[in-house]
Amino acid sequence: MTTLADVLDVATASHTGMVRPHNEDSVYANSDSGVFILADGMGGYNAGEVASDMATSLLGSTLDDLFAVQPAYSDVSGGKYGEVVLVREISATNRSIYNAAQSNPQYAGMGTTLVASVFHDDAVTVAHIGDSRLYRFRNDALEQLTKDHSLLQEQIDGGIITKAQARHSQNKNLVTRALGVDLSVDTEMHTYPVLPGDLYLLCSDGLNDMIEDEEIAMALEALGANLSLCATHLVQMANDNGGRDNVSVILVRVKCVFPAPISALGAAGGAGNGEHGFWQRIWQRLRYWFR
Amino acid sequence: MAKLILSMDGLVLKDISVSKERMSIGRKSHNDIQIDNLAISGEHAVIVTLLNDSFLEDLGSTNGTAVNGQSIKRHFLQDGDVIELGKYKLKYVNEAVQQTTPADFEKTVVLRPDMLRQTVAQVESKGFGDTQVGAAALGLGAADAAATPVAPVFAEAAHVAPAQPPMAAIQVLSGSGKTLDLVKSLTTLGKPGVQVAVIARRPQGYFITHVEGAGFPVVNGKTLDAQAHALADHDVIEIAGVKMEFFFKS
Repeated sequence: MTTLADVLDVATASHTGMVRPHNEDSVYANSDSGVFILADGMGGYNAGEVASDMATSLLGSTLDDLFAVQPAYSDVSGGKYGEVVLVREISATNRSIYNAAQSNPQYAGMGTTLVASVFHDDAVTVAHIGDSRLYRFRNDALEQLTKDHSLLQEQIDGGIITKAQARHSQNKNLVTRALGVDLSVDTEMHTYPVLPGDLYLLCSDGLNDMIEDEEIAMALEALGANLSLCATHLVQMANDNGGRDNVSVILVRVKCVFPAPISALGAAGGAGNGEHGFWQRIWQRLRYWFR
Repeated sequence: MAKLILSMDGLVLKDISVSKERMSIGRKSHNDIQIDNLAISGEHAVIVTLLNDSFLEDLGSTNGTAVNGQSIKRHFLQDGDVIELGKYKLKYVNEAVQQTTPADFEKTVVLRPDMLRQTVAQVESKGFGDTQVGAAALGLGAADAAATPVAPVFAEAAHVAPAQPPMAAIQVLSGSGKTLDLVKSLTTLGKPGVQVAVIARRPQGYFITHVEGAGFPVVNGKTLDAQAHALADHDVIEIAGVKMEFFFKS
């Protein structure tokens, strides 16, 4: 049986950049569990690093443990297990960071952005908070799947400012949502179907503020065959352009399909599912053939 | 803080700092910037400032408002823009752009949703309406949230475009003798699936790196490793059995 690690190729890179004294970004990537997380911390002294590191390591290890017991593709009340658990554990992580900030004066006010993706059953579930992004590169076209929670994005949505003008705004880096700054957090989550050959890019704003989407697309196209080179090159491009912020990337290449095992789906139907399980199996086959 | 320099016929009349979230411009005396001239409408235009960004809107004035010679209804002001009202000119100078030191650059700051709703709702619903939320209060709140009183400043204008290396090209040394200009920041060479290398155009020069395939690129008879290799004028590159020469175009 193929495991997720056989399906997903991954490369990460994280760099302080050319200006900042610390790297406040954190990344977490585990192709065995299909969990990929990137966080861009904020807060004085080293609090930003603490917040982003808590976000990636706490959430990452918890999700790994949970998915080792029950696969992310299994159905539970409220949707797929992966989706339900992702939102629940992000809330828990939010409380952990918030409590740490409340109880340690040197961490007061710390917070972090978050983009977390879980691959399961030919799909990717992405949750995000703030302005760290997930892009999908498919058929030589780059598409931004997450929409920033930032003042700038709200202004674009409100028609106050155009996308072209936004590049010249002085109000970048004002996020409207962050992890760890309040008791509760509003997580945005979506699930997208995945196709073989897809290349996913998680990045901090240090990448997309420094280089245009067209340049990102060009790097993914030219270097996609060598993910680790591609990741380091993206960081290098941001630094060559000034590298004014920390820059981090996670690249995930989907090599082939990874449908949920048919037996697992049949079993999920519960008792007396003979008929139901049969049709589900047929449906799975059709999905597999005609994709 | 941004400021406006009011002038007429090249003569500077006044420096005005953009201290309020909403600054009105017009002939009547209740305006924040009063220009007592018949070519100016009673309520001529308004400048609305959201944190570090300022927007200019014409309030349906008789003679209109222009920025850098173009008539506008609404305009996102950039450092150095010249607003023209009749014979008067207002130059917009955003000092935040100039005063920023590298250390201050783009600290990410949380803007609380309640503050944002106020700001955005105000602009949206009232079309640069009358309610005033002090810009100072907004700035303070944002800084509080991050516990660092750092101005959330980012300036594309201050962003110096990276220096580009001189133009270069590669010429195939066998058969066609084809020349390929290295104009893109990345140029791939070779056959996908067999052997591919990439030449990256960077401020420091041109670098060749192995991308995929069992064979590595050969430069001047020496096989490279996985590291990027800086190219010098007239280097001979061999990829997938094809020899080519790298040279600077002068």
